Amino acid sequence: MADELPKTPMLDELEKGPWPSFVSEIKMAAKRSPASKDLLGILERSYQEKIGHWKHGGIVGVLGYGGGVIGRYCDVPQDFPNVAHFHTIRVNQPAGWYYKTDALRKICDIWEKRGSGMTNMHGSTGDIILLGTSTDQLEPIFEELTAIGFDLGGSGSDVRTPSCCLGKSRCEWACYDTMAACHDFTKNYQDELHRPAFPYKFKFKFSGCPNDCVASVARADMSIIGTWRDNIRIDQKAVGDYASAGVDVTKEIVNLCPAKCMDWDGKMLKIDNSTCRRCMHCINVMPKALRPGKDTGACILIGSKAPIVEGALLSSVIVPFIKMEPPYQEIRDLVERIWDLWCDEGKNRERIGEFIQRVGLGNFLEMIEVEPAAQMVAHPRENPYVFYEEYFEEGEEEAEN
Amino acid sequence: MAEKVSVAEVAEKMYKMVKEAQGMRKLKAMDLTKNIMEIYGDRVDKQTCKDAIREIIETEKCVYTYFGGSYIELPHKEGAANP
Repeated sequence: MADELPKTPMLDELEKGPWPSFVSEIKMAAKRSPASKDLLGILERSYQEKIGHWKHGGIVGVLGYGGGVIGRYCDVPQDFPNVAHFHTIRVNQPAGWYYKTDALRKICDIWEKRGSGMTNMHGSTGDIILLGTSTDQLEPIFEELTAIGFDLGGSGSDVRTPSCCLGKSRCEWACYDTMAACHDFTKNYQDELHRPAFPYKFKFKFSGCPNDCVASVARADMSIIGTWRDNIRIDQKAVGDYASAGVDVTKEIVNLCPAKCMDWDGKMLKIDNSTCRRCMHCINVMPKALRPGKDTGACILIGSKAPIVEGALLSSVIVPFIKMEPPYQEIRDLVERIWDLWCDEGKNRERIGEFIQRVGLGNFLEMIEVEPAAQMVAHPRENPYVFYEEYFEEGEEEAEN
Repeated sequence: MAEKVSVAEVAEKMYKMVKEAQGMRKLKAMDLTKNIMEIYGDRVDKQTCKDAIREIIETEKCVYTYFGGSYIELPHKEGAANP
């Protein structure tokens, strides 16, 4: 049957080289799936004509949900009838992406029966992505997925499927239980996840430590990143062992510390924890000698996004430290205040980070009832949004004038 | 204190808004909520609006659509959905 595949000279170029190729994967799927075969054909045509043949969006979904299905239709169905509809389904992944092979087999069985058989494990959102099915298959797929314990993820102007690093399940640096928090938030915000009610998307990402393995600082509207507020734990003997083994502690650690809060005299490593930025660099270089402190929790940041409507943004700190203990009520209250404000004042397709830029972080903090703190300021005098009004006595300005 | 408006009444009002806007303007869930709160004032709260949106969706009087963002519209045949 491989002989029957369409000729794809341009796509074939993408199979060359040592790296994996999505073209090879589609060709493999095309041996069993007519939709995948037509996908090869339409993609080759797009490459040759330099024109995309897909229309994205419109009406598709399952009853009651406004997210989880991304509609795709092609504009040349007469030539590629098996991809006339080629909808994507986002399935909410388990926290930490842990599966039993049995669960994966069941998902694959459903998808080979009702879709193209092609998956993307996982999409940049973190979801399980099932690529390519037709409108009439959506409800049966949803029914079969829920029967094996899976639900659709987010898409559109809703809470996107929360994602987290694997946290305490495998990582010794995790400062809180990211999987528990992610699972809790996913369950708590089901309504917001399935029924789009926001100006635009809103993403939660949970990282267990400042290494930020899920890149929440760059991608999440609300980044919840593990940290600690006491001192880095030091094993001086182990530091000495690293030095003896050839690690240049001064060059590789002390000089690269962004806060310049470390000192090494050849025998003892000293850290001024009051100025430490919790960047993890020293801990990453000498993991046997240094560990995060014991008083752990998380730092909450807000506003990052990838460039879509506007340019990319990184998150800004709004809560320097909070203990991460169920039921996370303080965070939930904060989230509610942020959503209320954003829904009332946000423009269509305006992410929370863009909204903050428009109204100003100082005003935003005031509106969500969060006190400014020094940790929100990257460099003194560079973030002039904090005004210490108590320093100005009434009539002072008039007197000066 | 003013009597609260029922979810059913809000749902009906929202449905009419969507119907009147169809083909001219796409409405988001938050547009419907804001409009309803403007009309009924403190006789309605956000939760009632949420429940009303859920009702018009689950009774299939309206559907969610996606065009860059998510909107609520009357069910219609998707223009790009070639047979």
